[in-house]
Amino acid sequence: MTSLKSTLAGSLVFAAMATAALSAEDTIKVGVLHSLSGTMAISETTLKDTMLMLIDQQNAKGGLLGKQLEAVVVDPASDWPLFAEKARELLTVHEVDVIFGNWTSVSRKSVLPVIEELNGLLFYPVQYEGEESSKNVFYTGAAPNQQAIPATDYFLEELGVEKFALLGTDYVYPRTTNNILESYLKGKGIADEDIFVNYTPFGHSDWSKIVADVVALGADGKKVGVISTINGDANIGFYKELAAAGVSADDIPVVAFSVGEEELSGLDTTNLVGHLAAWNYFQSADTDVNAEFVETWKATMGEDRVTNDPMEAHYIGFNMWVNAATEAGSTEVDDVRAAMYGQEFPNLTGGTAVMLPNHHLAKPVLIGEIQEDGQFDIISETDVVPGDAWTDFLPESAVLISDWKELGCGMYNTETKTCVQTLSNY
Amino acid sequence: MLRLFLAGLAILCACLTANAQEGGLQPILQEHQEIIAKSSRKTIGPAIDAIASSGLPQAQVMLETWAAKNVWMRKSDGLFFAGKKAEGRSYELADFDTGEIIGTFEKSDLKQLKPNSGIRAMIGTALVQFQLTDPDRAKRLAALTSIQRDPEGALLEPLRASIDGEPDADLKAQKQRLERLLTIGYDEDTAARVAAIEEMSDDLGVDVRAALNPLVVTRLQTAVDLPSDVNIAGVVQPGSDDLSGDTAYDLLVASDLAAPRVSADDIRAALAANINGGRVGGVPVAQLNSDAARAQAYAVLAEAGTVPALITQTDIDAALGAHVFFETYAEPSGEVTAAAEKALDQIELKVGLNQTLDLTLDAISLASIYFLAAIGLAITFGVMGVINMAHGEFIMMGAYTGYVVQQFIPDHTLSIIVAIPMAFAVTFAMGVAMERLVIRWLYSRPLETLLATFGISIALQQLAKNIFGTQARPLTAPGWLDGAWVLNDVVSISYIRIAIFVLAMIFLGLFLYIMKRTRLGLEMRAVTQNPRMAGSMGINPGRVNMLTFGLGSGIAGIAGVAIGLFAKVTSDLGSDYIVQSFMTVVVGGVGNIWGALAGAGMIGFLQKGIEWMNPSNTLAAQTYMIIFIIIFIQFRPRGIIALKGRAAGD
Amino acid sequence: MERSFVAKNPSVLVFLAILSLFTLGVTVLSEGFGIGVISTSFVKTLGKTLCLCLIAVAMDLVWGFTGILSLGHFAFFGLGGYMIGMWLMYERTRLIVVESLSQAEIPPTSSEVVDAIGTQIFGVVGSSEFPLIWAFSDSLFLQLVLVVLVPGLLALIFGWLAFRSRVTGVYLSILTQAMTLALALYLFQNDSGLRGNNGLSGLQNLPGVTVSQDVVSIWFLWASALALGLGYLLAAWVVSGKFGSVIRGIRDNEARVRFLGYSVEVYKLAVFTLTACIAAIAGALYYPQAGIINPEEMAPIASIYLAVWVAIGGRGRLYGAVIGAAFVSLLSTWFTGGQAPDIPLGFYTIKWVDWWQVLLGVSFVLVTLFAPQGIGGLFDLWTNRRAPQRHGAALGPDESALREKEATE
Repeated sequence: MTSLKSTLAGSLVFAAMATAALSAEDTIKVGVLHSLSGTMAISETTLKDTMLMLIDQQNAKGGLLGKQLEAVVVDPASDWPLFAEKARELLTVHEVDVIFGNWTSVSRKSVLPVIEELNGLLFYPVQYEGEESSKNVFYTGAAPNQQAIPATDYFLEELGVEKFALLGTDYVYPRTTNNILESYLKGKGIADEDIFVNYTPFGHSDWSKIVADVVALGADGKKVGVISTINGDANIGFYKELAAAGVSADDIPVVAFSVGEEELSGLDTTNLVGHLAAWNYFQSADTDVNAEFVETWKATMGEDRVTNDPMEAHYIGFNMWVNAATEAGSTEVDDVRAAMYGQEFPNLTGGTAVMLPNHHLAKPVLIGEIQEDGQFDIISETDVVPGDAWTDFLPESAVLISDWKELGCGMYNTETKTCVQTLSNY
Repeated sequence: MLRLFLAGLAILCACLTANAQEGGLQPILQEHQEIIAKSSRKTIGPAIDAIASSGLPQAQVMLETWAAKNVWMRKSDGLFFAGKKAEGRSYELADFDTGEIIGTFEKSDLKQLKPNSGIRAMIGTALVQFQLTDPDRAKRLAALTSIQRDPEGALLEPLRASIDGEPDADLKAQKQRLERLLTIGYDEDTAARVAAIEEMSDDLGVDVRAALNPLVVTRLQTAVDLPSDVNIAGVVQPGSDDLSGDTAYDLLVASDLAAPRVSADDIRAALAANINGGRVGGVPVAQLNSDAARAQAYAVLAEAGTVPALITQTDIDAALGAHVFFETYAEPSGEVTAAAEKALDQIELKVGLNQTLDLTLDAISLASIYFLAAIGLAITFGVMGVINMAHGEFIMMGAYTGYVVQQFIPDHTLSIIVAIPMAFAVTFAMGVAMERLVIRWLYSRPLETLLATFGISIALQQLAKNIFGTQARPLTAPGWLDGAWVLNDVVSISYIRIAIFVLAMIFLGLFLYIMKRTRLGLEMRAVTQNPRMAGSMGINPGRVNMLTFGLGSGIAGIAGVAIGLFAKVTSDLGSDYIVQSFMTVVVGGVGNIWGALAGAGMIGFLQKGIEWMNPSNTLAAQTYMIIFIIIFIQFRPRGIIALKGRAAGD
Repeated sequence: MERSFVAKNPSVLVFLAILSLFTLGVTVLSEGFGIGVISTSFVKTLGKTLCLCLIAVAMDLVWGFTGILSLGHFAFFGLGGYMIGMWLMYERTRLIVVESLSQAEIPPTSSEVVDAIGTQIFGVVGSSEFPLIWAFSDSLFLQLVLVVLVPGLLALIFGWLAFRSRVTGVYLSILTQAMTLALALYLFQNDSGLRGNNGLSGLQNLPGVTVSQDVVSIWFLWASALALGLGYLLAAWVVSGKFGSVIRGIRDNEARVRFLGYSVEVYKLAVFTLTACIAAIAGALYYPQAGIINPEEMAPIASIYLAVWVAIGGRGRLYGAVIGAAFVSLLSTWFTGGQAPDIPLGFYTIKWVDWWQVLLGVSFVLVTLFAPQGIGGLFDLWTNRRAPQRHGAALGPDESALREKEATE
């Protein structure tokens, strides 16, 4: 027993030391913290490949500050506690200068204490529920006001929806988003009884009753719209049931916040034409820089692969980091962070993204209709929307703002003029 | 805006041609160039009005082209054309007025108009006038759909006028029905509306309720005396179940009839604003960390008149007593609201009954899915007593077999016909291999069978991930299984679920036939009851066990195809069903197919029942169902249908 | 006849000695107290592994010695983690809130402080009310009591119901699995009041402790080692006396023990509840090291893995369970951590990230088929200790083990 255990422990220690010794001083290390196995591998492997592609491209351009970039890829295996462990390993053993990673909110919450303790730097590329601001995280995905609110406005104004069904998977992103939306809709004069909320488990497949409930909402003569925060595989059963019930997008439109090109590739979309999704990026965006990005992606990964919104978020985040480090002349976290504020970089969809002092991007919001080929037809584009860490539509967070540049505080109460806390609430 | 115009249209229709614009459609489009290019429902109204009322024959074509997203704007001069895809990234443009092709242009020089579905609905409504009498049946149907989607009072007259000339019986019936619905909402004659309401009061359609419900919408109001000039639905007492005292007082505050309450936050803010030399109202600031001290300080401030006085319960009661609370209808006619209330009551009762029926169908459907998933297990676990944790993975393999077959046979009907026996063959072979290699060595060690098959289960799941990826794979049902069987607007069930139900029944029959009527079934029962005795009767127990296990696995494979059709095909498809399947068999009673049926039925009905009681949280329904099952097993540890006598074993 | 406990169980001393050496070794090599060869993240892994070893000992007690294949012990493990997590979160947030409210013009009332804590903890999941189950979260002592009390009570009630109606064998396994699933599904709901899918996070930051994680990780390693040592002692003591003989008797033939006049249900219930409490303590030490606890940790599959560890290590011997848990979980970390070298086959490269699960599954089948004694069986070869010749009876460790006929064939 002893021999077994100690050999094993010894080999692990050796492995750790070996990798540490390999860290030659002539490269800048970039940590990639995306699950390559487990339930989230489906989404996150794509982002790991995106990062490797971006790093290769940067190295081909001559690297950064005269050094080559080196990707350090670890696999947290969709296991939330493991995210914290791997983040610590990246920062202390591999000594990376920046981490690109995470997808789910819970994995981010798991990593936050570690990143803040060790003063790391994380770029988080996925749309999320807000209500958080960390000094050490840049949120390149959409905050609720950059996805949910514009989509709801679109429902209210363009489609004339008067009654809302908020369907979501039971976890923090849908819960918080729906809370914000409920409060927002009430502010817009939608009555309590005109908002139907339902939560289902991950991977839910039995949708007949819920779809019937939604159809029955139309009984009082108001136009019904569905706002879906349904996550992952469960969407397949939901859309299949929707199609079977003969619900057309003209009668009951569905706008989804978690359905992108990648998710649609598992579906036959002929019956879903006209349903909507809201993102900051669609593969169908008609610009030269996007055409080039899609082409490079397909050349690297294969013809049948699609691009999606979090990929663009990494694209912008990575390039901003490169520019900020160049400007600061160093990859030290504090220097880079100071140089990040006000960084501008062109979006793939046209226009320019700007990094705000609250660590969010200012970007336009796009709304797309599903087409038969599984792509989205962009039918609406808003003006540039600045991301807001603390939503203005919930009373407790309406008074909070985040400003790391001037105030040096991520949770500043504008009423009492005090900083509630400088570490984030994980 | 649109409604106004359409009302005028009835008068103008006689002189439509006289109204026709000189110079065609393009000038009209140019006049509204900006809003058409902007393409927002809020501003587009005038443009659609202008095109529809132009009286030009090409207006209909233009609107139809527009709704189909085929109108393009030339960036250089802002003119609009009908576009058709040509070679590469270029489009062939045609003029609306002349129909002439004006040339082919690069996409970069053009801007496509993309009307969203809100605008498309408006275009549809504008097109109604052209399409109601169109010779093309499909267009007339489109017009009716548009009316149904956005009922407008102005459409009532054109609709009525078109009924007599309608050649198609189906459409005529639909038109008449729509005419009744529009009459309810928009006719000026009260008697006609009441008549229409009564006529429709036995109709279950969502659209009927959609027409009636707006009539009975009420609003809670308050005043010192009950007004006489409004259509009052009823008086409500504050403090009753319908209206709590707090809500009533809030209403008074909102109507400026009473002073607002002072909240704890207000008190704190008021105190903070009146700090005077480290004290508020004589109380030191440091002591203000309790509600009592704060109230004391606030009272001093209120007495001095610096802050408004606290509202006490006595004040609230007095204010409530001085006012009357009542609900008013928005609809001014009392006759109409009375008729609508009565009709709705009648409909609600029927809707309730039908909802129960629909719920029952849902429950049966869910039960048949569970049954289908569990039937293979009823054989391997129920009959043979082998715990097979990899059962779910057999379901998954069946589903993936369906997917692979569909890659080679694109015809969906044919591919399903091929996939079902293929899935059976694949999982049968897999089951036989597993029985021969692993399970037969462990017949005397049931707990280790559980763990060994669990090992196989995780290996198979990971293999599926390695081969097919973690992305869900599409398994598409044939066209004839699309859609749903619709009894009325309340009761409907998708064909795919009916097919699963039928499949489950076929398997039930097949199972009974094999067990009761074939030699294999006889041998199976013999081996299960007493393998040694069966062996001495010339039965080869090894062979029978192998075939039984193969049969159970094969059926799981077919269930996989069915489940993949209605849900998703992923590597963890099986693990979603494994616990439920085991519970189905255990709850129902091991060793008996009727038990599995009863178990599936109970779980299906239970889950739907709990979902119905708590519609906003499906997860809770699943939790409570499992807890119920755990408790149920306490009372019937052998399941609903327990084997009696020696067969019960143990 | 009367021999001392240690004399009867020489392996206990050996085990404790190895455990102390291991702890001392890690401390000396750590970043917090020693020369810094072992990184803090690896110290945490080792500390967590010790907790897993402790729950494996509990599992061995209930399965290897009593013959109850419980697929629910990770539920108790998780509950223990939740109980300590509630205090950690509450106290950490309270310190922040008091600090920030003290800057306000008017000193806060106690209810304002509680409200502010509620907003901080539940704001992310869209509510701010404190659920009832947090009633004791302001007291470390009470929450520590709850660590043992809540899982213990749940095990007591569940076990009483199950054993009373004589649910046994695979039925009991499925029932415990159902219980775990129900509990995990319940905690997944936001309405459960424990932050749903997000769970409780930031648990590695002990309230009021300012030293770095390098040191905290060693503290927890010590605590885990201590708990494992005590747990091992307790388990060894339980199985060595008359009580141990009775539960082994239950494992081998429940009916016979019952006919002998023993109250089988009481014995089973006692073991089930005791092991649930041990599992809960292991969980309460594990999650502050992991940093986050959420319902996914309690999914039924975790409990099945627990059975896998014990089976691979060798049932019916306590050190077997410890070896199994340590071996499989560390090996799993190594394989999924990307450190295992890929094997190029020319036409295909085996990446262990993808293939580790397959290897684990297959090796598990092989162990069950060919080495039912697990790794612990190797020690028998070494010490030349063979199964005693007991004609006519099952050879143990339970009815699922080799029977004489198979063993001699």
